This record gives sequence, structure tokens and C-alpha cells, in this order.
Amino acid sequence: MALLRRRKASEAEKAQHSGSKSDKEIERTDEENDKNINNRKKAKKAKFEGKKKWSCLDSCCWFIGCICTVWWILLFLYNAMPASIPQYVTEAITGPLPDPPGVKLRKEGLTAKHPVVFVPGIVTGGLELWEGHQCAEGLFRKRLWGGSFGEVYKRPLCWVEHMSLNNETGLDPSGIRVRPVSGLVAADYFAAGYFVWAVLIANLARIGYEEKTMYMAAYDWRLAFQNTEARDQALSRIKSNIELMVATNGGKKAVIIPHSMGVLYFLHFMKWVEAPAPMGGGGGSDWCAKHIKAVMNIGGPLLGAPKAVPGLLSAEAKDIAAARAMAPGFLDNDLFRVQTLQHVMRMTRTWDSTMSMIPKGGDTIWGDLDWSPEESYVPRKRKQRDNDSQTAEQTDTETLDSQKKSINYGRIISFGKDVAEAPSSEIERIDFKGAVKGNNVANITSCDVWTEYHDMGIEGIKAVAEYKVYTAGSLLDLLHFVAPKMMARGDAHFSYGIADNLDDPKYEHYKYWSNPLETKLPNAPDMEIYSMYGVGIPTERAYVYKLSPYSECYIPFQIDTSADGGKEDSCLKDGVYSNDGDETVPVLSAGFMCAKGWRGKTRFNPSGIQTYIREYDHAPPATLLEGRGTQSGAHVDIMGNFALIEDIIRVAAGATGEDLGGDQVYSDIFKWSDKINLPL
Amino acid sequence: MLRRRKGSEPEKSSGGDSKDQREDESKKEKEKEKGKLKSTKKWSCIDNCCWFVGCICSIWWFLLFLFNAMPASFPQYVTEAITGPLPDPPGVKLRKEGLTVNHPVVFVPGIVTGGLELWEGHQCADGLFRKRLWGGTFGEVYKRPLCWVEHMSLDNETGLDPPGIRIRPVSGLVAADYFAPGYFVWAVLIANLARIGYEEKTMYMAAYDWRISFQNTEVRDQSLSRIKSNIELMVATNGGKKVVVIPHSMGVLYFLHFMKWVEAPAPMGGGGGSGWCAKHIKAVMNIGGPFLGVPKAVSGLFSAEAKDIAVARGIAPGFLDADVFGLQTLQHVMRMTRTWDSTMSMIPKGGDTVWGNLDWSPEAEYSCNPKKQMNNDNKTADQTEKGSLGLKNSMNYGRIISFGKDVAEAHSSRIERGSFDLQGAVKGKNFVNTTCRDIWTEYDDMGIGGVQAVVDYKSYTADSILDLLHFVAPKMMSRGDAHFSYGIADNLDDPKYKHYKYWSNPLETKLPNAPDMEIYSMYGVGIPTERAYVYKLTPGAECYIPFQIDTSADGSSKDTCLKGGVFSVDGDETVPVLSAGFMCAKAWRGKTRFNPSGIQTYIREYDHAPPANLLEGRGTQSGAHVDIMGNFALIEDIIRVAAGATGKDLGGESGDRVYSDIFKWSEKINLKL
Repeated sequence: MALLRRRKASEAEKAQHSGSKSDKEIERTDEENDKNINNRKKAKKAKFEGKKKWSCLDSCCWFIGCICTVWWILLFLYNAMPASIPQYVTEAITGPLPDPPGVKLRKEGLTAKHPVVFVPGIVTGGLELWEGHQCAEGLFRKRLWGGSFGEVYKRPLCWVEHMSLNNETGLDPSGIRVRPVSGLVAADYFAAGYFVWAVLIANLARIGYEEKTMYMAAYDWRLAFQNTEARDQALSRIKSNIELMVATNGGKKAVIIPHSMGVLYFLHFMKWVEAPAPMGGGGGSDWCAKHIKAVMNIGGPLLGAPKAVPGLLSAEAKDIAAARAMAPGFLDNDLFRVQTLQHVMRMTRTWDSTMSMIPKGGDTIWGDLDWSPEESYVPRKRKQRDNDSQTAEQTDTETLDSQKKSINYGRIISFGKDVAEAPSSEIERIDFKGAVKGNNVANITSCDVWTEYHDMGIEGIKAVAEYKVYTAGSLLDLLHFVAPKMMARGDAHFSYGIADNLDDPKYEHYKYWSNPLETKLPNAPDMEIYSMYGVGIPTERAYVYKLSPYSECYIPFQIDTSADGGKEDSCLKDGVYSNDGDETVPVLSAGFMCAKGWRGKTRFNPSGIQTYIREYDHAPPATLLEGRGTQSGAHVDIMGNFALIEDIIRVAAGATGEDLGGDQVYSDIFKWSDKINLPL
Repeated sequence: MLRRRKGSEPEKSSGGDSKDQREDESKKEKEKEKGKLKSTKKWSCIDNCCWFVGCICSIWWFLLFLFNAMPASFPQYVTEAITGPLPDPPGVKLRKEGLTVNHPVVFVPGIVTGGLELWEGHQCADGLFRKRLWGGTFGEVYKRPLCWVEHMSLDNETGLDPPGIRIRPVSGLVAADYFAPGYFVWAVLIANLARIGYEEKTMYMAAYDWRISFQNTEVRDQSLSRIKSNIELMVATNGGKKVVVIPHSMGVLYFLHFMKWVEAPAPMGGGGGSGWCAKHIKAVMNIGGPFLGVPKAVSGLFSAEAKDIAVARGIAPGFLDADVFGLQTLQHVMRMTRTWDSTMSMIPKGGDTVWGNLDWSPEAEYSCNPKKQMNNDNKTADQTEKGSLGLKNSMNYGRIISFGKDVAEAHSSRIERGSFDLQGAVKGKNFVNTTCRDIWTEYDDMGIGGVQAVVDYKSYTADSILDLLHFVAPKMMSRGDAHFSYGIADNLDDPKYKHYKYWSNPLETKLPNAPDMEIYSMYGVGIPTERAYVYKLTPGAECYIPFQIDTSADGSSKDTCLKGGVFSVDGDETVPVLSAGFMCAKAWRGKTRFNPSGIQTYIREYDHAPPANLLEGRGTQSGAHVDIMGNFALIEDIIRVAAGATGKDLGGESGDRVYSDIFKWSEKINLKL
């Protein structure tokens, strides 16, 4: 209001000013005419004088006006500009751009053949509100997740409340219905301008794809996989749509392209669709053979991702940990009484799907206290662009000289850097499972945010810290200890072990379906499975933790960002041990199944489905003009990688894995896989 | 503009220089004063502009900020303060009654309301990939109109995509919830259904490309297969509960086509078997359906103008007619719409039997009484009947097109009709120069002789309209003939009626064998609706469409039905009552030959009441063709049926709710049942 009043005042002032001016003008016309001749200097002076009267507010207005006008003119010019100018400018600077793969392959004569199905991953799919509480009024069918995220800033608590699920059932809280957006718009762009599937869709469209041959299998990525069927019939929808597309395209089988968690979701789907009716889709044992040509997994965390662990334990990943180190006051202090991290944690812990990405296979896969498959890994020096000839062999030679000091990746969580590096014999561990979960001695009134840490008490927290080191196997115990309710839900829907006998009838339960180590692939010898992922980016693999200093209202554990490796190219940075991967999923998780677990006829792959590994070496965009790059290997940005898109289009247009050239490998995945001792 | 701005800045800096000078040599008081005067003058026009723009911007931002900070319930609060408490929206009301989701619902949007997006285009449409060309903001229409017309047009021979262009319907509920920002179509209904628990798994928008003929949507996009598959999926995942289908406008015809298609055997049809509809459909709730076509389609095809455009032309004659900017707007629109086969699905069907001949029409006695006041809902059909008794001068609605007002009103014996017949009239070569050929309409092929022959025939009834259209647009109609038919079947068992071109004509098909199904006809009444036209020759017939509505033709008395060259009758502004109601009022009522299994039919009319004030937007009691989708009474009916009610439960006389004379008019139509 103050602003308005001031504005009015200034207007009045101006009117007065001009009124008096005109009076004076009449008075002095004659006089002025006389002095007209010698006026040059005076005029200049006068101008200055006028400026003074021209008050600050007027100047402001003048300034804003100028800016606005210039802005509008530029906007107009921008709009009037032919659409090809940005491209022209880019080409002038960086040299001619390569044709996008769609255009290139269209020139080669490829056309739409197999229908394609996209299965988006966690986080990337949009969610919209269908029913909400009072505070979410006016948001009906507006996106709460994806899009502009405007509501997060406008009413954060309301947003958290609506995005959370029921803590007991893992389904909707009463009176709230948040549902996945459907159609290609569900995940083409995550936020405005931040593409996920859009580039791939655009390139497929170039060779003739359209909505009748492309289907986005959108689902609510917060729910456990089986719950998406129970609540939304999402799996039935996918089944029905694949059947429809195969039928309307003359029986041509579908090419499935899952990304990130969608890979696990689709594993679940393949088991579900062939399982008998009450629990499964009742498609019969040859449904996959009849309807699926290829599954092209992009960046699939087939064996889980270590990133999921700190996410569940302390709601932080590398990015947040680094932010905390740089601005310690901001995230920790209770600024604005918002308790950001705690709220985030409470929310994400109600999302069952996050538990699907807890590392699977235990110590056999991820390593124990002293051993891990990747222990000899040394980060490759950042290669220059276009150095693609540098392959695995060179990396081998590099690693030889630094073999001495191997990293204990198997210790996914260590309390303290010294523990992380010490030989296992020196670590004194005290078992925590018996520890009493005391009542929280500190007063509880100040913590309105509910996380299960409040139930743990100081004793429990101490016990956790004193166990010191957690491997993939004991990690599960840890999570059961610190978040029993969450894990109780998780246990009903996911499993993290390795099956000894896959024919055991217990494996017919849906909770095993998304774990590739506890299921058999469908009986579909003509099907192909691709594992496509980026390499060459340091990826979180293990963490150094510490206790938070004041543990009352706060999450008691946090990543110890002060823990750094000594050397410059060390794998330990800010409390995180990193490894080769695509920034989110380590190579081991994305590649192992296709490199070894499913390769040839194994007990996990009884019909001998062909598997291919396609790695894409990361090359950051050369200039800002390239945006997120066309050779990126990062977890999401890889969706814009031209080589990957080209591979997908070729397969969709009818090629087989052999036509693509079989495996394409830059990392040590085969070597590491060999080290894993898993009966096949 | 830019140059001028730069100019002003140095000026300003020179003002700064002068300050230094002034400090060196101080001057007298008077000079200063004069100087001030001078300076305000120097505060140039541009500075003033900037100041002004700045003010406006700041205030605008400030208001915008206030608006954003305002609680969301504020507008509602203001509205309630002014107009008194609003009634609960039907969804809220019925939720309180305990209604919940029961039957899945399927929406079938009509012509024009569905969004279309670009999947492949020419150079000029660069950057529009997957952007809406139709629906949404229509920004591209203004930016690159010719490019837009080129892309929205279809191939003139096949009625399918032109080479290199793929425009496809938007899918999902977003396809037709809003037509343009803020202009709802299905959104209100969706929101109200959501209140009782509906969500996307129980609602399906059967979006299809409304430009192409119904069977072609299947050939090109497999739209019908998609609808079939989705209905089957929804029935299966909802425990076998049958769907309630809600088609609107042309969607009504599309769904008629679908019901025949789905039961027809595989190569031409969907192969669902003869029990498919009985197994999957609980009710078809047609909203504003042009079952028997709409006269508006005729004027649209004939001269690309409907009442609105005709009026605009009357008011600003220079604008649409003159070739401003060399755009030839109407011709472009005409060329575009004529490539859209679907428009031909709405040419009046049933010929003179239904629509009347030169001297007779079922609605002849209708009087266009002045608009009723709001809340006068008790004024029903009785009163209207009384009003019409004193009417001597009955309208010749049967003459859908007349050339000249005198012809429209004269007795049939006095009209001398020229010898117009399709083959006879010579289509002379267009002997005027053909430079305006860049816009292709078939009128250029007709020549002056042909135009004159059309005019000489003077008046056209529903039957002869078809001949007329065949004459003036032979290529278009030959496409149309392959997909649509406008007659009345003598013998419905004739095997020829198995062809898909008959499927969207209710007078040439039988309803499916589904005795438990219900068919509703829901439409607005109480708005004057186009029914017949007075045409004239366009003066300069060179580059222009040779015919246009004679907007000078007005009836004499105040409450006449003839206004601006258009005879109007009761209806919802687009579809006359006769077309929307006749099938459910008579032809399908009980067991007839069109309805062999005796499917129950209900008529639900909604009397139009314009919004009382601007705050109400498009009103909650509207009966207009599209605005009726926000009519609370209609929404309530739909929700009740979706939640399990039958037509009888909805109330009214055996489920009917009637304000117009539809039953009386239907009586007069002599159709063998």
C-alpha cells in the first residue's frame, strides 16, 4: 500500500508542477523572446536544474520505463526473428552441427516400424492433483510435480503434505489424490526447458513416429510397483496399450525403452504380465515373446544405486551435502522454521518406490569389508573430446601403477574417514541390533516434523554409529533399525537378496519381481535386452558419515563433507567415494546383469535372451550454446545423446543388436563382473 | 525506435556535463528560474513516454503481486458478496448425497473443440513440433496465417494428410478440457466428476482428428480401435461396470458411427461381435447432438459464413470483403474448411421428409417470442403454444436457402424456378481473368453461367441442397459421398447398409441390440438458432465467393424470426431442436425399425438463461451449444447416471424434461417407423 500512496502523491506533484509551469510560461513569453539569443549556455544549466526537480521517484519510473521499452523491443525482435537464427549463430561459432539422428536416419531411409513404449523413471514423471485439502484450492489438475514447481515456493508445507503418502499403507492419505499425468506430456519435459524424453520423441517423429506408435507408460513413481496396479491399474494399462499397438501395427512387436527406475518397473511388469490373474496380469507365459521385440534399458539401476541409501538415511545426496558444506547455516539452521531437510525426509520416506533402489545382491555383488569388484578403479583423466579411441585397454595400464592403495568400496557407509580406510581387522564394531531404543530424552515439542529418528533415542543413535561400517548386507539391517515402519512397507514390496533356487514357489510373490537376482527372465528367446548407460562421470558409491553435532530436532547423521582424499584425483571427495558411472548409477549396477548375470543361457535367463551392453562415454558440452550436450553420459542428459538416440531409432526401425555392432564398452565392466562370484 | 532511444541517452549525459560548467560560473536567480522552465521543455517526449511506461509497469507489477498474494478464495468471496451465496457445484452437492464413482465415463468431443498438434510440417512451421495448431492460444494464426492454413488443410483428393504434413489430435483429457485459455469445454464436467471420486483411470477422452471423416480416423490413426480398447480396459479394471458415454456435438455422430463399427466384422469394422455394445455400454448421453445435421453446415460449406460472420460483414463491410493485406480471409477459410470431410457429416439428413419442403415444415408455427427473463422456468411449452396460435404468417423453414427475401416469403406457386439441374447447367469457363487463382475454391471452375443457374433455381430445400452442393463443389462432395449419406432407408435390412458411409446417419442404421442400454438426448433450448438463409449474389464476383448471406433481409415485425438474412428457430444456437430431439422423441422411442431392441430413450432439455451478471462468466444455466457443458442441471444429470441412476430416476415425466415443442413437431413428421 505504501507504494501506491507514494505513487499517487508523485502524480499530484507532477500535475502541480506542470500547472505552475504553464502559468509561468504565459508570464514570461515576451521576456524569453528577448533573451532567446544568448540562451545557449543558460539552457544547458537549466537542464541540470530541471533534473533536480525531477524527483527520485520520477527517475525510477523513467528508468523502469526505459528498461521495459527496450525489453519489449528486444522481445518483439526476438519474436520476429526467423526461427533459424539461433542455429545459424551456433553454426557460425562452432562449425556446422551434425544432423540430429532422426534427420540423418531418415535420409538413410529408415521409417517407423516397431511401436515404442517409454517407461519413465523416478522423479521425471509429472504428478497432478485430483483431490486435495483446503490449502490446495485451485490446483485441481495442476501439476504438483514437474512443470514450474511454482507451488513449492508459494505454499511449501501444503505441497509437502500433498506429495506425501500414507505412512502405514504407502497409498493416498485420506482426502488427497495425486495422480500421474498421462500421455507423452507426462515426462517429455521435467521442468520448462529441461527435456527428458522430448529429444528422443522429436527424433523418432522425424522418421514417422506419432502418438499411435509411441506410448508413455506413465505411472505414479512414488508408489511401490504393485501398488500402481492396485490403485491405478497402471500395469493393466500398459498391457492393454501394448496389445493395442501391436494389433494396430500389423503384429509388429513393441520396443520398450525404460529409463532409470523405469527399468525395474518394467522388470516387474514382465513378471506381472505373465503371472496368473489375481496377482498378475494373466497374459500367459508367452506374452512377452509375442509382444516385445527389445527392452532398451537406459541407465538402469538393475542392482540398485548407492545414492538411494543416503537419501533414505539422511535425505541427502552428494549435491545437498556439498551445499551444506558451503553454506552451513542455511540448510541446518531452522531458517524460517521450515526445517527443509526434515520435511523432505519425511516426505521421501513415505515413497515406497525409493526402496526399490536400495543396493541388491548384498556383499556378493557390492563387496564386503575388504573386497569390492571395483577396488582397482582409478578415475580416468578427463579425456579430451573426440578421443573416443581411448578405450578400456588404456585404462588398464593406467590403473596398474596405483594398485597399492585400493579403496574399500564395499563399506558403503563408514562412520569417520579413518574407519573407511582402515584394514578390517582394526575396526572394532559393536552390534547395534540389541541396542535399546530409549525414549527421546530431549523435549519433543519443538520438533513438529515426524521422522522415525525421534523414536530411536540417543542410545539407538549411538549404537548405530558404533557399528562403524556397513556393507550392502548390513545396510539393510541398519535401515530396518533406523526406519522400521518404512522398511516394513518396503519388505512387503521389494526384496534385495540373491535367489539360491529360482524354482522355489516363494519367488512367485510380486515382491521379488523387480529384483533381477531373484527372478527369471521371461521365456522369449527372440527378445533382446540392452543395457545402455553413460560412463566417465564420478558416481557415488560409498559414504563417510558423522554424527550431527546437535541431535535434537535434526537428522542425527550426515555425510562428513570434510573427508577428502589426499591426492587430487582421489575418489574420496566431500565424504563421498565415487566410481565410474553416469553420476547416479555406478557401472556395476547398470551393466552387471547384461554383462554376466544374463549373458548366454544362465539360470536367470533360461531362454537365452540376447543381451547387449552399450556404453556412452561422457563428453561435456563444448560451449554453452550446446545446452546439455549431444554427447553427454549423465543419467538424465543421456536422453539427448545423439549416439544413444541413433541406436534406439535403428532398433525401432527394425535393426537387431548385432546390426548395431554388439557391445560397445568403455569401462571395466567385464573385468569387474568377472570378479563377482555368483553361481549362474 | 532504437535509434531514437540512443539519441536520448547522450542528451542525458550532456546534461551531466553542463553541471560542471555551471559550478564554474555561478549565475543569477532569474536565469535559474527561466532555466527551470526551459528544462521541463527539454524533458522530451521520449522521457515522458518512458516515465509513463515506467509508472504503468510498476503499478501493474504491484497489482500482479497483490493478485498473486491474494488468497484463492477471494474472487469467490466477492462474487458471493454481490450476488448472494452461490449454489454448490453439482459435484459437491451430490457428494454430500453420498454418490461415488460407479461407471467409468467416456467423453467424445465434437468438431472444433479438440486440440490438434503438429508432428511434421514444412519449413515455415519450424519449431512448432508438438505445439498446438488448433486450440490453445492460436498464436500461430496471427504470426504466420498462410502457413497455418496450409498446415490445417487436408489433401483435397483423399481427405487425408497432404504430403510432408502430419497434424494429429492431442490425446488425453487435455485434448478438449479447455478450447482456449479460460474457455472451458469439458473442464467443468471433469472437475465435478472428480469431486465424487473420478480420475483418469475412470475417465477417458476419446480424442480424434475432427477434420477427417469418421472412417478415416480409424484408417489413419486407429482412433476407433483405441476407443474400443480403452472402453474394454476400463470395464475390465472397474469390475465389469459398463461405461457411460458422453458425446458432444459432432461426437454424437462419431459415436453412432463407432457403435456400428465396433460390432461390424473385422476388415471394415472392429469385430467386437453383436453383443459388444450391450456388454460395454450402460448409457449414451448425447449433448447437443446434430443427429439430423445442422443447417449451419450448409452455409458454412456454401459460402464459408455462419450468422456471426454474416453479421460482422454487415457491420464492417470493408473488412472481410475487401482484400485487406491481400489475405482474402474468407476464401482461405473456405478452401481450408472444404478439405475437412467431417463438416459434411452435418449436412441436414432426411431430406424434405424431415426438414420440410417448399410450403411445409414441421416447425412452421414456431414464433420467435422475445427472450424470457431468467428464473421464469415455469413458463413452459403450454405458453409457447398459446403464443404461436395467433400467428398467421408462418415461416417457410423448408426453404433452407432462398435467393432474395421475396422468394423466401412468397407462396410456392409464385416462385418461378429456373431449370437448374446438375448435368444440364453448363459450367462455363471462367472468362474473367484468373489471377486470383492462388486460392483454390471450386467456384473458379464454375464460371458465370453456373453461378447464374444456381441463382435462377431460387429456393432450395433439404433435398435439393444436396444437388446444389454437388453442383458447386463436386470434388468435395465426391469425397463426402464416400463417407456420408443423407437419406432415409426404406429397408434397413438391405445389405448395402452394411457400408460404413451409412453408419453415422441414424435414419439409415439400426441401433445395436442392447435392450438395457439407455440413450439420452440432452440439449439447450430457448436460443434462436439458424434454420434457413436468404442469399444474394456477391456484387464483384471475380475473386470472391459468388454467394453471400443477404444481411439486409429482415422481418417486418419486431419479434420476427428473420434477422440479418437468417431464419431462426428454437435450439441451442447451433443445432435446432428438431435435429437434436427428433430421434429420441419419435424415431427411436419404443421399438421401431431404427431401434429394434427397444432401447430406452430420454429427452432432457435445458432452458437457456443467460448469466445474470458478468461475474458468472458463461453462466451455470446456459443452454448454448458449448456453454451448456457448464450447465449445473446437465452436469447433475450426468453425474447421477454415472453414479448408477437410470433415466427414470432423473425425474420429470417418465424421464423426459421438455420445454420446447419437440413432441408436437415430431408428430408432424411423416416417417415410417
